[in-house]
Amino acid sequence: MTKRGEAERLISRVLGPAGRELTCEQCFAELDRYAELSLAGADADRQVPGMRAHLEGCPACAEDLGSLLALLNEQQQPG
Amino acid sequence: MRKRSPPAVAKNVMPLATMETPTETPRPCRAVLSHAAVAESRRWLDRLSSTGSERERAVAELRTLLLRAARFELARRPEIGAEREDLAQQSANDALLAVLGKLGEFRGESRFTTWAYKFALLEAGVKARRRAWHGREVPLEDTTGPLLIDARASAHAPAETTDLLAALRDEINGCLSERQRVVLIAVTLNDVPIDVLSERLGSTRGALYKTLHDARRKLRAALAERGFELDLNGWEES
Repeated sequence: MTKRGEAERLISRVLGPAGRELTCEQCFAELDRYAELSLAGADADRQVPGMRAHLEGCPACAEDLGSLLALLNEQQQPG
Repeated sequence: MRKRSPPAVAKNVMPLATMETPTETPRPCRAVLSHAAVAESRRWLDRLSSTGSERERAVAELRTLLLRAARFELARRPEIGAEREDLAQQSANDALLAVLGKLGEFRGESRFTTWAYKFALLEAGVKARRRAWHGREVPLEDTTGPLLIDARASAHAPAETTDLLAALRDEINGCLSERQRVVLIAVTLNDVPIDVLSERLGSTRGALYKTLHDARRKLRAALAERGFELDLNGWEES
């Protein structure tokens, strides 16, 4: 990470995501559908507008999605 | 005024974001669900909505499934020590109550098991974050200045970045309410998990994120007022 990149990353974290975003409650309501669409290779961001922006701005919800994807992925592993 | 070349910046910087339910949501999208998956979800619902021993068996199976998810989540967190299994059991119990209480909200847009898993993962994740911060002081004081004028960030940053950092620091101190400032600094600058902060402030993740969102919106508007043009690709001072 360059010094310039650090400053910009800091600014991005403070100012948050672009565009319209879901609330945490809406994000949780869509989490399972979004995860399955993602794993199926569908355009989850188009199907669930506002989700991507929220995930960029909310580390906790992004972590929840990461966990769900990891669990589903693990279950798809053979054996 | 001269336009400066926009620096490369993360794509998620844009002014005046709105926090609204997008109206164009195409739904439902069940294309990824097989008939077998739909039928399986239906079976779960029928069994959990039944009575007697069939329901008891279904509830027991559901708890086993939720416990598996909670253990999976906690196993991913090395900071959780001896209390891991206890937290997993608590998480499974809390998730079971949540799932049974919200059966009517299942829309069939994913597998039932995927829908149920998210409750266990949420419970385990929140408990793990709070456990990791147990006994730690949550920094709520104003640390805006030192962090935003952090030597690493400012010493080598181009002039427009330094200008924006300075303006941002001023606006954080100037245009936000005390609550907005506390939440913004804790979550975005001091890396306090929002679930930990919500516990300390007696609030919820959703309410605090709304506060954070409003603070960000105010900052973007204030920076735009100062002439900083923030867009998907960078910023310019006009």
